Amino acid sequence: MSMRAPPGTFAAAALIARKDLAIEFRTRSAFLAAIVFSLLAIAIFYFAWDATAVGATDLAPGVLWVIFTFSGLLGLHRSFGVEEADRAIDALLASPVERESVFLGKALANLVFVLGVQAVAIPAVALFYNLPLTRVLGPLIGVAVLAAIGLVSVGTLFSAMAVNTRLAELLLPVLALPFFVPIVLPAAQSTARLLAGRPAAEAMSWLRILIAFDIVFVVACALAFPFTLED
Amino acid sequence: MTAPPPVTHRQRFDWLLTVAVLAVGATFVRAIFFTPVEARQGAAQKIFYIHAPSAFIGLYVAFGLVAVAGVLYLWLRDERLDRIAASSAEVGVVFMTVVLLTGPLWGKPIWGTWWTWDARLTLTLFIWFVFLGYLILRGAIDDTGTRARYSAVLGVLGALLVPFIHLSVYLFRTLHPMPIILKPSEPSLPNSMLATFALSFSSFLLLFVALVRARYRLAVTVDALEAEDAAEPSPIAALRAEPIH
Repeated sequence: MSMRAPPGTFAAAALIARKDLAIEFRTRSAFLAAIVFSLLAIAIFYFAWDATAVGATDLAPGVLWVIFTFSGLLGLHRSFGVEEADRAIDALLASPVERESVFLGKALANLVFVLGVQAVAIPAVALFYNLPLTRVLGPLIGVAVLAAIGLVSVGTLFSAMAVNTRLAELLLPVLALPFFVPIVLPAAQSTARLLAGRPAAEAMSWLRILIAFDIVFVVACALAFPFTLED
Repeated sequence: MTAPPPVTHRQRFDWLLTVAVLAVGATFVRAIFFTPVEARQGAAQKIFYIHAPSAFIGLYVAFGLVAVAGVLYLWLRDERLDRIAASSAEVGVVFMTVVLLTGPLWGKPIWGTWWTWDARLTLTLFIWFVFLGYLILRGAIDDTGTRARYSAVLGVLGALLVPFIHLSVYLFRTLHPMPIILKPSEPSLPNSMLATFALSFSSFLLLFVALVRARYRLAVTVDALEAEDAAEPSPIAALRAEPIH
């Protein structure tokens, strides 16, 4: 009789992330919706403002991070929504993986999703708003990754909670958006400083908040996640 | 789990709430008629006797109680802790709403604007949103165990969020008056005003305790009624269960 040993915490997380990404890759429904939503929002934001009164460079950072937040919510809701069909979540919980692995796997898949949307949205904003993207690309990717980590850690936890309520997808933005304030604000402020050609040191105090937020909330959400599942 | 106490349908007289309401009334009388008018701000300054104690109780006492009761619930799984958190959150929302309404009333004549995106105003607004989210979450879950766990998780994460919002909004300028009473040096207020402040803090704190206690009793009654219903279905529930011919 040969029994395979259950995978370790991170190996199991990688397996779960691969499963979620495979579902997303085969259907592409949420990803396409998030991309189209982002492009639409970029165009509408630009049109809603008087371009002669507000410079595109002043408008771009705020637009970029607000769109990023809302398109992230589209993917985050699906994260546990897909497990509801046929109660797939029960099979996942019955399998010999730790609850923390389920959280990390789900969060990892969401991170790839959000970064994928960013990879389209950032160049699109640069194109429509005529931004000097190549000059600041390196630091901007750094800001995007830091912001995405905080966003998916909180978003994945609340997504797990929201699917078990009567309000489902309506509840996720209500719970998550106040938590996105210390992400959107530092991200938009440091992007604005980078785009204005200011030295990177000026963005550091903002980035420190972002890094601290990521550390605290990745740990806190991973620890809190098992409480959202039991019974 | 302890057995629910028998439901009493008799209305109990809430002496604590009565005392608290009388104390708040006495505070208003003292603040309006027996406290000197501030030299530069005039009568507008008197709103601080409502604004400051409500802010202190809403932001620190109520929110702190929700977070501490949340941590303890996740550890001990005592439903009484969940009732305390729920009661504190509901009463806290009322106090914070008072803060958000009285602030603009003072801001218009003194600052010249109802609202400004100042650090403290922004922080208060977002904590108010977290509180509202907490109540909406509670309202959207039927199972008591799930409701208690989820709201405890949100309460604890909310407490972790406060310093981050605080830090990020403080990197913007702040326009809000600096603390007058709770600061390291001596309070910079004349004794007559300080006495009114002391009275308003104590009477508002008493009101908070009395309201949380009343709300807690209501939660106990509701839980007991639900347990009674579960044990012996009401005629309406029995009718609902019957197939329609």
